[in-house]
Amino acid sequence: MEALLKIDHLHIYYGSIQALKGISLEVTPGEIVCVLGANGAGKSTLLRAISGLLPISKGDILFCAKSLKKTEAYRIVIDGISHVPEGRRVFSTLSVEENLNLGAFNRRGNPQLVSERKDRVYNLFPILKQREKQLAGTLSGGEQQMLAIGRGLMSDPRLLLLDEPSLGLAPILVKQIFRIIKEINEQGVAILLVEQNARKALAIAHRGYVLETGNITISGLSKELQNNKKVQEAYLGGAALRRK
Amino acid sequence: MKLIIEQILNGLTIGSFYSLIALGYSMVYGVMKLINFAHGDLFTFGSYLGYTFLVMGTAYVTSTLGVWGGMAAAMLIAAAGTGILGLIVERIAYRPIYPAGRLPAVVSALGASIFIQNAIMVIWGARPQAYTSDVIPNYMLNIAGLRINLLQIIILLLSFLLMGILYYVVQKTTFGAAIRASALDRETAALMGININLIIFFIFALGPALGGVAGVMVGIYYRKISFVMGWNYGLKAFTATILGGIGNIPGAMIGGLILGVLEMLGSTYISTAYKDVFVFLVLILVLIFRPTGLLGEKVAEKV
Ligand SMILES: Nc1ncnc2c1ncn2[C@@H]1O[C@H](COP(=O)(O)OP(=O)(O)OP(=O)(O)O)[C@@H](O)[C@H]1O
Ligand SMILES: [Mg+2]
Repeated sequence: MEALLKIDHLHIYYGSIQALKGISLEVTPGEIVCVLGANGAGKSTLLRAISGLLPISKGDILFCAKSLKKTEAYRIVIDGISHVPEGRRVFSTLSVEENLNLGAFNRRGNPQLVSERKDRVYNLFPILKQREKQLAGTLSGGEQQMLAIGRGLMSDPRLLLLDEPSLGLAPILVKQIFRIIKEINEQGVAILLVEQNARKALAIAHRGYVLETGNITISGLSKELQNNKKVQEAYLGGAALRRK
Repeated sequence: MKLIIEQILNGLTIGSFYSLIALGYSMVYGVMKLINFAHGDLFTFGSYLGYTFLVMGTAYVTSTLGVWGGMAAAMLIAAAGTGILGLIVERIAYRPIYPAGRLPAVVSALGASIFIQNAIMVIWGARPQAYTSDVIPNYMLNIAGLRINLLQIIILLLSFLLMGILYYVVQKTTFGAAIRASALDRETAALMGININLIIFFIFALGPALGGVAGVMVGIYYRKISFVMGWNYGLKAFTATILGGIGNIPGAMIGGLILGVLEMLGSTYISTAYKDVFVFLVLILVLIFRPTGLLGEKVAEKV
């Protein structure tokens, strides 16, 4: 199938520090693709480059076969890529509802449509409906993550970028978040998922990539990664367990 | 009792000038984290634009539109002209140096202020000018034994109306939420599809436009205007901004009104000579006991 997102030998620098060293990657429609990697590997850098927050030094990012190299971040959302950033970044002094409304900022002229999309988000996360008028900063960590994902869905994206959605959540919430990610995907949204929780990520992803200090070192179907010795040792805690 | 009501009314009137100007400081600071020191001079520019339109074109304007119509037209023209100048200042003085950080922007803001002030002096002269009485409506009302100038009531109502509209837009609409979101976290705002340039355009046009309207109001209310008045009004309005909580829009409105009333009461019951001392004393007390201002939530960031 034609790729929805195609990353072609992408180089990203922060000043003189090179964070991504010519990586290539693809997401096809309907897929969940996960990116695994240690702290500082460049996972967030990759997502930030896709959503237009970082300038591309070399290489290209194609979305629906169109280069995003010269597209500004706010345009990329309108084109159909939604980025749920690391650390949730909800607008803390705005209400839950205002946060959601902003997710569909470009459609603010069509309240009917915005309200339909909000209902869809409330269906996925009923707790947000109860918290509608509350300030986002007063939500619990798990609720803020749900809000961040819900807000990301408000633009009705074709591709959803999720940066460590399970970070800092209690195990029961982690389980719930992963279930919902799968549900969102089943509704037809392709997902590029960055995760520290490799076990859970590989369990729902179709394919995965391993990123190490700016290079992709391993890639393949989730099953292949789960069975890969190096992945087991480095990311699935297999070796650590055995050593004990 | 009569005196105190009159003084409170006068205080609210001056206070509404401060509020209208303070809104510009606060909106710009909220989104850009930049104190637009040229803002006081934009206010002066608005006042002079209104003066030119009304006084220079007096025979024509007042005879076709009447005194009230002339006043309204002068405010519209001052708002438009000052709004455009605000955008030009952003383009020339601030935009090129955003990447350099905040301190250079402060210096550039001061430069813009001096430049505009001097340009006004060159265009309109160094001597103070006056809005002449033939362009100013003059109807006295008699309300419960108080003689009140209708003009003052209109100025107050108009200020409240403008502030009410702005409050509604900023606090109740999605566009307003986008302004507040851009002030909190510009990067994440971009991820929502918010074009920051649209927000910058809005705040740098609307803030000065409100200041321009205040400029015409001051001209009509006090008659005398001078090219340096932006300094004094700017300082008071900036104080009002801090008092209400910088970056907080309802705070700027309330801060201005409180400051105006304090100033009037202070000069009536304490001393005219010390009215500014009184005002700044209150500011210092607020900053000691509530450093974020009356309505501010966040601790102010380092400049
Ligand atoms: N703004 C920045 N300026 C300079 N270097 C940066 C910046 N942001 C990230 N880096 C560097 O780029 C590299 C990749 O960072 P990135 O945030 O993409 O890692 P990550 O894989 O998301 O890590 P984590 O799992 O901790 O979130 C790191 O070495 C980091 O120090
Ligand atoms: Mg990261």
